[in-house]
Amino acid sequence: MADSERMKTSLPKCPTGILGLDEITEGGLPKGRPTLVCGGPGCGKTLLAMSFVVNGAIHYDEPGVFMAFEESAEELIQNMASLGWDLEELIKRKKLMIDHIHVEPSQIEETGEYDLEGLFIRLAHAVESTGAKRIALDTLEALFSGFTNTFILRAEFRRLFRWLKSKGLTAVITAERGERGITRHGLEEYVSDCVILLDHRLSDQVATRFLQVSKYRGSGHGTNEYPFLISKEGISVLPITSVALDHKVSVERVSTGIPRLDSMLGGKGYYRGSTVLVSGTAGTGKTSVAVHFIDAACRRGERCLYFAFEESPSQILRNMRSIGIDLQAWVKEGLLKFRAARATLYGLEMQLEAMREVVLEFEPRVIVVDPISNLVAVGAESDVKSMLTRLIDWLKTRGITSLFTDLTYHGGPQEATEVRISSLMDTWILLKMLEEKGERNRALYILKSRGMAHSNQIREFLITEKGIELLDVYLGPGGVLTGSARYVQEAREKAEALALRQEIERKERELERKRKAMEAQITTLKARFEAEEEELIKIINEAKEREESLAKGRKEMARLRQAD
Amino acid sequence: MEGKTEKNPPSESELEEAECFQLTLYVAGQTPNSIKAFANLKRICEENLKGKYQIEVIDLLENPQLARGDQILAVPTLVRKLPPPVKKIIGDLSNTERVLIGLELRPK
Repeated sequence: MADSERMKTSLPKCPTGILGLDEITEGGLPKGRPTLVCGGPGCGKTLLAMSFVVNGAIHYDEPGVFMAFEESAEELIQNMASLGWDLEELIKRKKLMIDHIHVEPSQIEETGEYDLEGLFIRLAHAVESTGAKRIALDTLEALFSGFTNTFILRAEFRRLFRWLKSKGLTAVITAERGERGITRHGLEEYVSDCVILLDHRLSDQVATRFLQVSKYRGSGHGTNEYPFLISKEGISVLPITSVALDHKVSVERVSTGIPRLDSMLGGKGYYRGSTVLVSGTAGTGKTSVAVHFIDAACRRGERCLYFAFEESPSQILRNMRSIGIDLQAWVKEGLLKFRAARATLYGLEMQLEAMREVVLEFEPRVIVVDPISNLVAVGAESDVKSMLTRLIDWLKTRGITSLFTDLTYHGGPQEATEVRISSLMDTWILLKMLEEKGERNRALYILKSRGMAHSNQIREFLITEKGIELLDVYLGPGGVLTGSARYVQEAREKAEALALRQEIERKERELERKRKAMEAQITTLKARFEAEEEELIKIINEAKEREESLAKGRKEMARLRQAD
Repeated sequence: MEGKTEKNPPSESELEEAECFQLTLYVAGQTPNSIKAFANLKRICEENLKGKYQIEVIDLLENPQLARGDQILAVPTLVRKLPPPVKKIIGDLSNTERVLIGLELRPK
């Protein structure tokens, strides 16, 4: 692809092996150059630097040196063991060297000229003994507390960065965030090839770490602030493909599991790989709609993943059995998997990472998040949106069809509340309680559905023991009729139809009767005619006989007179 | 801890009791700074610690791994290993007063 061509021509990169960071930097850190990683305490600077070095040693066959100015080698080994890294093993195999440089200001008295040749010798020794290609200096600024002569220090820094470059080392230098400059001691003055900023912010009681590539000389890079996580697998910047909107779209359609809802969606259901939002107030049947979709997917033999953030899986299984859907069977067959957790237990990013891990592991074709509102509750609006955007982008690139339910609150602006996430959704089905004549009835309509002709009708539906059943539409003077109003209307319409049928039958009977009357008349006329005809024929015959006998008489008379 | 000896300069009698000064000078090759430092150190010791000191000079260019043990970053660095506590003085030792303070031979 064009991407790989561009990689070759642009400056050589050194992959960090950190999930997501290599995508943001289009391949990694600048090879053979120093990169400044800067952030406040607790941002993950040390971990990022260590990940870079260790990943190099493990995955890219590039040994590395970690110069620790703050923590001892033992502490680092212990800390990193929690991420599953066996640093001691790497050190034994000469793939890694950790050199702890301890700067204790109180021990040091300065008098006269000096330089930091000792540091250089240690660096050179470490680099040469491991054949290191990567080096991390964490954090160089500790030197400022150990040496008061900043003039010498700055001159030595300049020399240090020259030295790193001359050795062809790809270096990560960490630094504390400064109040005025990028770093507290202006290290950015020396490292100008690549600058990565880390931040750790608390909003709405949820702490999120952010990473931003603020500068990358000679290379394109994502410029946003990307949230990142420190999980048991180390740092991951999420998601992997958030930089581009280039996923392939499918024209394949998948059934919603509710035949009449399929008809409403252009006759075929959702698009594969699209996102569906089912929103509604409490008790409108969101979970039921979601479960129908899952049931249909399992029937097709597709794996489904159900994130239950509100109900426990056993509760869902029981409830759905009551509407005639046996999810237990799919669970047994291994097609359906539940992941239940209280969304509020984790931070937003943690949640996302946890979801991502399960999706990678189970590889479902369909996922359901029920309800997404519980996730939304965890974070600030903008964070939620950015997290969901990235989750959805990521799911779309994997062609996973996702259905999210969203609990909205009664009385609130029913449609406005979800606006923040609705723009990410391809299909939005709204479930509503219609209150009319002392009843609450369920109704459903499609608010939007991208890329297909869809019904604009508000449809009443029932949740029966055979699942969701969409009903025919009855329009009353005030709109769609539901519940008993619909029933009354239905009955009225039935009565009207019956009356009409009876009317027709009546007319038909009348017609028959008239035909019969006419036919009777015909019969009498015919009978009368026949009688008259008989009489007349008789008279005619008598006349003919008379005429004959007269002629006979005349002939006899003539013969007797012998006239001729 | 040893805060007491650190804060109060040791009296003459304490110095007598203490073992002799073990001093290590770390250098990196024969640079002007290291030559100057060694000369300054020699002179200060002769003037203040005559007969009670040992000087070891370590060239890190020859033994780079030794930089790790004493946490040497700057050169020249003078390390007072004995008497405790360990003290470090960096630079060419051109300021005699500061060296004496560093070696705890003068009150601060």
